[in-house]
Amino acid sequence: MATIRIAAPDTASAGEVIELKVLIQHPMETGYRSGPDGKRIERDIIETFEVTYDGETVFEADLQPGIAANPIFTFYTRATTSGPIVFKWTGQDGESWSETHDLTVE
Amino acid sequence: MKTLSRQKSFARRSFLQLGAAGLVATALPLRAAADAADADAAIREIFGDKPLNEGRVSVKLPPIAENGNSVAITVAAESLMSPDDYVRRIAIISPRNPIAEVAVFKLGPRAGKAEISTRIRMAGTQRIRAVAELSDGTLWHGSASTVVTLAACLIG
Repeated sequence: MATIRIAAPDTASAGEVIELKVLIQHPMETGYRSGPDGKRIERDIIETFEVTYDGETVFEADLQPGIAANPIFTFYTRATTSGPIVFKWTGQDGESWSETHDLTVE
Repeated sequence: MKTLSRQKSFARRSFLQLGAAGLVATALPLRAAADAADADAAIREIFGDKPLNEGRVSVKLPPIAENGNSVAITVAAESLMSPDDYVRRIAIISPRNPIAEVAVFKLGPRAGKAEISTRIRMAGTQRIRAVAELSDGTLWHGSASTVVTLAACLIG
């Protein structure tokens, strides 16, 4: 299980633009490197990252091996209603990881 | 004997100079063209064949990156981010990496602010490009360059 770190405010006022910062532990193996035995290391990357909040996808990313290992993203969203913000990562072989952050809008 | 050796060295020098000049002249434009073509092709593949406007997109990169495996980048697009004027997509393009496309981000009017930070791999010194697609379909382009001392992909 990959370690996921999320930095997001717990409370916000309605209409406020909040910063979301997420990090997931993942090698993002490019498929261009060779291991100690000289053999090529197989490509293993996270392909999509999606953030759902208040019934809608508010942020989505299509990733390539050009994204560094342990991908970190900082982005913004407008606080609308109290509820969970769901972060979901999907790997190239369909495996996925998700994490939820509860936001209270005052 | 003296004149002969002088002639010889002169001939050799001019030959070297010619050779070096020829190498520079042929190698430089060729490589630059290939790089630009790859990046342009990637942009066309993502956004379609639309004209690129300069401006409205800013790319922030460190001037020097010691390690190309992880370089912090911030891309911001100027937009009101209102329901009828917002940034639809932002792409990060590297002209020198094995795959020109680094990432494509989909935003919407609910983002509030069209700004993204992440960390990318860089296979050498290059000018990273970013393209933003606005809700009216126009494309805007910005770029920034970084000197990479230790390139990604070569080492672990």
